Amino acid sequence: MSTAPAHAHPVHKDYQGAKFGMWLFLFTEILLFGGLFLLYSIYRSMYPIDFHNGGKHLNVIIGVANTVILLTSSLTVAVAITAIQKGNKKLTLACLGVTIVFALMFLANKYIEWSAEIRHGIYPNGPELLKMPNGEKIFYGLYYSMTGLHGLHVLAGIIALLITLDFVRRDKITGTDFNKLENVGLYWHLVDVIWIFLLPLLYLAA
Amino acid sequence: MNTLAHGEASSYRSFLESGDRKGILAWILSTDHKRIGILYLACMVSLFFVAVIIGVLMRIEQLSTSHHIFPPAIYNAFFTVHGVIMIFMFVLPGASAVFGNFFLPIMIGARDVSFPRLNLMSWYFFVVGALVVIASLFTGDGPPDAGWTFYVPFSLRTGTNIPLGVFGVFLLGFSSILTGINFITTVHRMRAPGMTWHHMPLFVWATYATAWVQVLATPIIGVTLLLIIAERIFGIGVFDPAKGGDPVLYQHLFWIYSHPAVYIMILPAMGAITEVIPTFAHRTIFGYRAIAYSSIGIAGLGSLVWGHHMFTSGMGNAANLMFSLFTFLVAVPSAIKVFNWTSTLYKGSIEVKPPMLFALTFVFLFSIGGLTGLIQGALNVNVHLHDTYWIVGHFHYVMFGGTGMGFFAALLHWFPKMFGKMYNEKVAAISWFPIFIGFNMLYGGMLVLGYLGMPRRYYTHLPQYSTGHLIASIGGFIMAIGLVLFFANLVVALFKGKKAESNPWGGVTLEWHTPSPPPLENFEEIPVMKGRPYIFNPETAK
Repeated sequence: MSTAPAHAHPVHKDYQGAKFGMWLFLFTEILLFGGLFLLYSIYRSMYPIDFHNGGKHLNVIIGVANTVILLTSSLTVAVAITAIQKGNKKLTLACLGVTIVFALMFLANKYIEWSAEIRHGIYPNGPELLKMPNGEKIFYGLYYSMTGLHGLHVLAGIIALLITLDFVRRDKITGTDFNKLENVGLYWHLVDVIWIFLLPLLYLAA
Repeated sequence: MNTLAHGEASSYRSFLESGDRKGILAWILSTDHKRIGILYLACMVSLFFVAVIIGVLMRIEQLSTSHHIFPPAIYNAFFTVHGVIMIFMFVLPGASAVFGNFFLPIMIGARDVSFPRLNLMSWYFFVVGALVVIASLFTGDGPPDAGWTFYVPFSLRTGTNIPLGVFGVFLLGFSSILTGINFITTVHRMRAPGMTWHHMPLFVWATYATAWVQVLATPIIGVTLLLIIAERIFGIGVFDPAKGGDPVLYQHLFWIYSHPAVYIMILPAMGAITEVIPTFAHRTIFGYRAIAYSSIGIAGLGSLVWGHHMFTSGMGNAANLMFSLFTFLVAVPSAIKVFNWTSTLYKGSIEVKPPMLFALTFVFLFSIGGLTGLIQGALNVNVHLHDTYWIVGHFHYVMFGGTGMGFFAALLHWFPKMFGKMYNEKVAAISWFPIFIGFNMLYGGMLVLGYLGMPRRYYTHLPQYSTGHLIASIGGFIMAIGLVLFFANLVVALFKGKKAESNPWGGVTLEWHTPSPPPLENFEEIPVMKGRPYIFNPETAK
């Protein structure tokens, strides 16, 4: 730097601050989904029977399978964080890789599930859905909005995990400087937690 | 002076001269909070004038009932775009993004915000959001015409380019969230030694309270806007009554954010006023804690009053009653501030320089705005006033008379510090006259028109409202002239202004202890606060 300030100050690293900021961000994510949960609770009280019937059409097996997949992926992220703290780079990379694979499996299941519903004509403005009572239209509207928004978060998580993986590979995240990995882990747990709420609200609503 | 004195080193180089990039790149790639603040300022003032021009065009249309310069559809687009730009791109980020960015770190004795790169990213979200909104005007099937509130079902049915416009607003909201996260973390983590919570300047308190509202409320509108887009593009049924949706629920979700957003807009401006008033009264602020906590009180209570936008929506008497009650309660912390500002002036040695002129205007106009708010907060009166020009008048008294004037006061107050240049004080004071006179003709006129029954958002009016509209329009033109003069003066100062001293007004908070403009990292040594802020006369201070 040709015009560096007279007193160059050391790079400011505030891990606690970074984590604090991350928690605030997670808070805003909860509120983002909170709007949908609010809508869900109000519409459910308006159309309890339609929500019950809507839930019957959903594939509980895929829903539960996806829950298991996400929960396990949360475990692998947690293991990755412990591994990097112990200086085990190989295990960290492996765990992050497995997490990404789990995330892709989740999205693949989602694809299979949505495709099946679309084949049955149950999609926005779809022929079957339009024949259903209003409450079920709302139920599926919420189903697609909530799982869709959650799916986008899974996708964002995959990108974040890939970047983190690359950072670990290039030793930008190490046993003494693993704050980024921890924050990505926090994000991934949030994606998991939101799914845990979506499962009973949508799939087990019947 | 209760901070460490520092010598202005001869090797001092301002932030405007520092950095290893030249030209525009020195700005748009900089993570320096001061440059980012100025980036916001430049964008906002440009957008502000776009919206002012649209406002003037609307006033031209209202000059006559028989000759229509603009067809109704264009008028609908005008008030939508005027509202979207003014709200989401000027008053909402306004004082917080510009002065918060520039001064919050300096005022707490920090070298930058907690996340400088995130800060720059927020600005990019802001710019992209603004560009997307502007693009929505010229693409698709015509500019959005649903008003800035995008009420369903109209926003779902209208053929115009709603999804893109709404997506732009979503991006602006994301920018606001990120800035909020950054400021909260900065205040928690970056305060200088001795800068305890009760040693923080009150502008910092106000920006801090604002940041919490940004973080807590904005996601709700984020998801609401996403749902509008989903309904428009994919036909997902959530709010559409034809698919069993409840449009009133949309209004709830919209106002759960958008009422607190009003406080996002006004709080930083209040904070700036709280800096200006003691500086020009040369007297310590009256009721430091009351002002600090009332910011938090406004942020909290302000989150519980959204229903007062919906008194006529049929949401039920119990809800109406509660929301009306809370609306009256939220006036209390606002009034606490007004009383404290007034008490600060008592026995001060008041210098009515341009920043003070605008600060006092803020107090006056905001009081009118606040009191008219109480009138429409009463349920029975609201039924009559709802959706009339009264609301428009009240809203502009608070948002423009409050936030706008606060923004102008802050700009005049801190301009010498930000750019190291002094503007022509006489011209600044002269520009106040047309702004003040025009303002009251325009929005005072609207209050009267609305009380007489003139509905808002109509492209034309019945003959009995012609006189009122004429007065309002003339006021609007006068104010526009004042605004041009105000900003022209500052632009001239940028290029030809005298060099500003480091402390031209005799301020005491930390930003006045740095040179003008401040160096890249704000302080040679991180300062140590040894007492409360606003001690103007150490001998008489307790």
